[in-house]
Amino acid sequence: MTDVSYQPDTTRGSLTDASGALLAADGTPLKKKLRQALAVSRRRAFLLVAPLLLFILASFAIPILLLLVQGVKDNTFSSIMPETTSVLREWDSNSEPTEEMAAAVVMDLISAKEISRSLPTKVGTRVNREVSGAISLFKKTTRKAPKMEAPFLAELYKVDKKWKDPAYWKAMKIASKTITPAYYAAAVDKKYLADGSFADQPEDRQIYVSLFVKTILVSGGVMLACVLLGFPVAYLLSHLPARQANLLMILVLLPFWTSLLVRTTAWIAMLQSAGVLNDIFVWIGITSDDQRFSLIYNMTGTIIAMTHILLPFMILPIYSVMKAIPPSHVRAAKSLGATNWTAFWRVYFPATIPGIGAGGLLVFILAIGYYITPALVGGQDGQLISNFIAYHMQKSLNWSLAAALGGILLILVLILYWLYDKIVGIDNMKLG
Amino acid sequence: MSSLPPYTTTGQRIWHYTFLFICALIFIFLITPILIIAPLSFNAEPYFSFTDGMLGFESEAYSTRWYKDILVNGMSDPTQPNNWGVFWDWFWKALSPFHTAPPSFYTDAWENAQWIRAMRNSFFIGFFATMIAVTLGTLAAIGLSRSEMPARGAIMSLLISPLIVPLVVTAAGMFYFYSTNFNPDSWLNGNPDASSWILAQTYAGVILAHAALGTPFVIITVTATLVGFDKSLVRAGASMGAGPAKTFWKIQMPLILPGVVSGGLFAFITSFDEVVAVLFLAGPEHRTIPRQMYSGIREQISPTILAVATILVILSVILLATLELLRRRSERLRGLSPS
Repeated sequence: MTDVSYQPDTTRGSLTDASGALLAADGTPLKKKLRQALAVSRRRAFLLVAPLLLFILASFAIPILLLLVQGVKDNTFSSIMPETTSVLREWDSNSEPTEEMAAAVVMDLISAKEISRSLPTKVGTRVNREVSGAISLFKKTTRKAPKMEAPFLAELYKVDKKWKDPAYWKAMKIASKTITPAYYAAAVDKKYLADGSFADQPEDRQIYVSLFVKTILVSGGVMLACVLLGFPVAYLLSHLPARQANLLMILVLLPFWTSLLVRTTAWIAMLQSAGVLNDIFVWIGITSDDQRFSLIYNMTGTIIAMTHILLPFMILPIYSVMKAIPPSHVRAAKSLGATNWTAFWRVYFPATIPGIGAGGLLVFILAIGYYITPALVGGQDGQLISNFIAYHMQKSLNWSLAAALGGILLILVLILYWLYDKIVGIDNMKLG
Repeated sequence: MSSLPPYTTTGQRIWHYTFLFICALIFIFLITPILIIAPLSFNAEPYFSFTDGMLGFESEAYSTRWYKDILVNGMSDPTQPNNWGVFWDWFWKALSPFHTAPPSFYTDAWENAQWIRAMRNSFFIGFFATMIAVTLGTLAAIGLSRSEMPARGAIMSLLISPLIVPLVVTAAGMFYFYSTNFNPDSWLNGNPDASSWILAQTYAGVILAHAALGTPFVIITVTATLVGFDKSLVRAGASMGAGPAKTFWKIQMPLILPGVVSGGLFAFITSFDEVVAVLFLAGPEHRTIPRQMYSGIREQISPTILAVATILVILSVILLATLELLRRRSERLRGLSPS
C-alpha cells in the first residue's frame, strides 16, 4: 500500500510539477501565477495614477521643460536669415568680411522684408543685444537693400561705415547660433563671445549674480526670523493644555488661511509712512511727525511681510514635532542634575531639530521663489530674482533670458526639494 | 505651564513671564495686520490710515461707502435707484421664466461692476479647477497608497512638485507653452492662416494652471486619510459580491471623504488666492479677485481693497471653522477622540 504513487488529476491540475514546485489550479507554477497577479495589481495602481500623471506632465512639467529649452535655444536670427547663418558658420570671425557674406546678408534682408516688414527689425533687435547700434544699421540697410547690385560688400560700406567694423559681423555670428549658451551665460553675468569663449559683462551690467545672492540672503534672513519667532510660539502651544492651545492655534491658522493679497494689503496699511505703526511710533515719541520711518517699498517691507506670511509654515512643523517629545525626557535630565538651561539645550532642543529643519527648508523654498509680495511692497531695492524673471517675460520680452534665470532658480529649488525629501520625506508633509 | 508650582525661584518667575510676553508680542505680530483692516475699511476718507475722527470714535468719520463701491465700481450707471425692494423684485423676476426687462441697477452691477465680475471669475475658475484637481488627485492618491505602486517615490515627487516650483517659473512656462497654437494644421502643416487654438488668455488656460497647482494638496490630504484606512473593509465588501465601483463608492469614499473635502478646500483656496498664473495667463476679462486687488494696489490704491480684504478674512474664518469640523469628524470616524 505504501508504494501507491500519487496520480495527477488531469481534470483539476496537479499540486506540484516534476521538480516539486507548487502548481496552481490551471497547471501553471504558483510563482508565475503570483507574479501575474502582482503585475495586474501593479498595473491597476498605475492606471489610477496615470490620469493625473498625464495631466501634470502636459500642463505643468512639459511647459517648464520647454521653457528651459528656450533658455539655450534662439532661432530668431537663423530662421529669418538662413543664408547668412550658413555662410557665417564657415567664417573664422577674425578675417575680413567676404563678398559672399555681404551678398547673403542683402539677399536675406530682401526676402525677409517681402514676408513681413517687422522681420528685419526683429533681426536688428536680436543683434543689438550683442552690440548696440545694430537696430538702426539693419533698418538703414533693409531700406536700401532692394536697389543694391554686386559687389555687395562695397554697397554695404556705402550704406553705413559700421559694416566695416568686425564687431557687427561677430555679433551676427553669435546671434546666428540656434543652440547657444549665451543666455545662461548672461544669467550669471558672463558674455558669450564669437570665438566661443566667455568674458565678464561690463561692471554696470553685472546684476544677476548679486541678485541671486540677494535673493538667497533674503530667504535665509526670512527663514532665520521665522525660526526665532516660530520656536517660542510652538513651544508655548505644545506645552499649554489642549483647550487653550487650540484657541491660540486659531491666531496662527487664521493668517495661514487668509489670502496672500489680503495680508500684503494689510502690511501696506501697517507700514506706510502714514500707517498704523508709524502713527504709534509718533504717538509714543520714538520719532517725530515729519521724520516717520520708511518701512515699506524697500527691503525692510519685503522682509517683514514675507516673514509674516511664511511664519505659519514654520510654526506648524515645529509644533507637531514638539508635541511628540515626551515631557519625561526633560524631567529625567533635571533629576540627574541638569540645570534648566542644560536640560533644554542638551535634551529638548536637539529633539526639535527635525521640526526646525522641515519648517526651515519649506520656508526657504517658498521664500526663494516669492514674487507677489516683493512686487507690491518691495519698491526699487526689494525686488528679488522672480521679479526679474517676470519682467523679462512680460516687459522686455527677452524670453530666453527669463528662461535661463528661471532655469537657475529652478535648479536651486530642486536641490532644496531633494534635501527636503531626504530629510523630511514628502510623505510627511502636513497641511494645517 | 499655565500655573507655576510654588517652588519656582524669582529668576524662573521672571523668565516665565518674559517668555509669555515675547509670545504675546509674536501673536500680536501675527494677528494685528489681519484685524486692523476691518476698522480701516470703514474709513470715510479715501486713506489707508486712521483719521483723527476715527480715533475719536466720531460717527461721521466712519462710513460704508467702500463696501458700496465694491458693488458700484465699473457700472455704466451707478446712480440708478437701488433699494433692496428693487433687488428682490429683480430677483423674483429673474427666477420667473417670462421676465423680459429686469430693473437695470442689479443687472448692470452683475454684468459690469469690476469686483463683481472678479468674484464671478474667481468662483468660476476655482470651481472647475477644484473639480479637476479633486477627481484626478483622489484617484492618484488611492493608487499611490497601494504598496504595489511602481516607482512610487519618483512619481510622488513629480506630482507634489507644483507646490514647490517657484510660481513665476511655473507661470512663465505655462504662458510660453499655452501661447503656442495647438491647431494641428498649424504645427503639422505650417499653415500660418490656421485658426488659432491658443490656451493663453482664456478661462481654460487659467483653469488648467490652477488645477495643476491644486492637485498636490488633494494628494497630500487624501493620502493622509488613507493611512488610517482599513483595506479589509474593501475586501469584505468584495467578498460579498460588490464590484470595484461599488466598493469604492459605498465603502472607501465615505470613509476618506473628509480628506477629499479638505483637499478640495485647499485646492479651491489655492485657486481663489492665486495671482501669478492669472497675471501671466489671463486676459483683462478673466480677472479674479486677487488679480483685481493686485492692480488695485499697484494703480489706484483705495479703501475698496480693504473692504474686499475684510470680506475675504470673514470668508477664511468660515473656512477655518469648516476645516476644524471636518478634522473632528474624520477623527471620530477613525475612532480617535477629538482633541
